[in-house]
Amino acid sequence: MIADMNPEDIVGDYKEVTLKLFDGTSRRVLYTEIETPYPDGKLIVSTTDTEGVITHVNRSFVEMSGYSEEELIGAPHSILRHPDMPPVAFKDLWDTIQRGEKWQGFVKNLRKDGGYYWVKATVIPNVRGDKVVGYTSVRRKPSHTKVAECIKLYPTLFSLF
Amino acid sequence: MPYVFTVSPDFTPDHLSGWYIFNTWLQHQTKAAIHLELYDHFQGQRDAIQADKIDLIYANPFDAAMLVREKGFLPLVRAEGESDEAIIAVSADSNVTDVAELAPGTRVAFTDDPDVKLMGMIMLEPGDLDAGNIVPVSAGNYVLVAKHLLKGEADVGIFLAEAFDDLSSMIRKQLKILVRSQISVIHHSLMIGPKLQDRRAEIQQILVDMDNDEKGIGVLTSLGFNSWHKIEDEQMEFMIDLMDTLNT
Ligand SMILES: Cc1cc2nc3c(=O)[nH]c(=O)nc-3n(C[C@H](O)[C@H](O)[C@H](O)COP(=O)(O)O)c2cc1C
Repeated sequence: MIADMNPEDIVGDYKEVTLKLFDGTSRRVLYTEIETPYPDGKLIVSTTDTEGVITHVNRSFVEMSGYSEEELIGAPHSILRHPDMPPVAFKDLWDTIQRGEKWQGFVKNLRKDGGYYWVKATVIPNVRGDKVVGYTSVRRKPSHTKVAECIKLYPTLFSLF
Repeated sequence: MPYVFTVSPDFTPDHLSGWYIFNTWLQHQTKAAIHLELYDHFQGQRDAIQADKIDLIYANPFDAAMLVREKGFLPLVRAEGESDEAIIAVSADSNVTDVAELAPGTRVAFTDDPDVKLMGMIMLEPGDLDAGNIVPVSAGNYVLVAKHLLKGEADVGIFLAEAFDDLSSMIRKQLKILVRSQISVIHHSLMIGPKLQDRRAEIQQILVDMDNDEKGIGVLTSLGFNSWHKIEDEQMEFMIDLMDTLNT
């Protein structure tokens, strides 16, 4: 369960929607049209357990998401889920990493303040011994062209899943 | 047969004698015969690793995955405060102010340092550049990368940040930094191979204690380091996973 977003945290005019999460719960999210540009030269890194619960974040993750490290550790990774992201993207992510493979894609993330930021994400299984003990995602700055393609494509994918 | 120690070929030339001094110190401390074998190029070093000729290595992060997962190496220590960062720079005269303004066909100068090249290519992605659409300009060292930019033979250069900062001020003044990476978790590592692993804990302790002793401090200084920090197995696995995500 992730807490609903709090209007007091939001910067600027916002819209409101209730997202249905994969685990059957739902979350009211508040979102604005304010983009935070990806910081040059940085990687945004997080690690989850096998269920997608956050176990580690780096400083850039904290800065870009707007949440504190304490709020993030132990939260499901869907805490960043933006309503403009089609569920099929995350189905593909989970299907891929659960096969033990690398997933790469462009993701629009939701900040605590209702704003958003685009990333190019790569997610891999953390294999220790012969066992998958969790997953790591490393995000880098995406190209404008690729983001523009996703802005066109993603709205057409909502009917798929 | 002595054990064989090698150093990632991207070491700074100024520290060449430092590595010989370190090797002598290490032999003295461990009472083991260790021969320092240096390679001019990564490929020659990798061939030696593949042929199981190496027992100790100060390894480039790019090779860590192969060393651990294919060759059974384990981490010992890293140099405190040292991490590998990359810089994307252009000539100071260039009109380009942001990587996003670059276009396919851009001439990119780089050395064969694999981790720096990897980080650099990632920093060029926002300009839709990739290995398939750049014109590569390979250079033997970072001074030559700078010279390619100054002579107009390349449009952008990929530098190890430390090497860029060490360029003469005259050269640096003629260059403009577009991006400097702030990754901080990618670093070289001193690693130990299967033949020496029964002595791993002991050698690790000798290295961690090195800055407690006057002679040890002198040897560290000749390498440009302050002290060695123990690397936990999980820290190494984390760096390997991180490099793996970047290598795609
Ligand atoms: C390592 C890892 C990193 C993830 N990073 C993100 C992320 O940055 N943003 C996001 O919306 N979902 C991310 N996800 C996917 C979420 O777990 C989740 O599937 C997604 O937010 C959609 O929510 P739902 O699966 O509950 O429908 C990540 C998953 C893993 C395993």
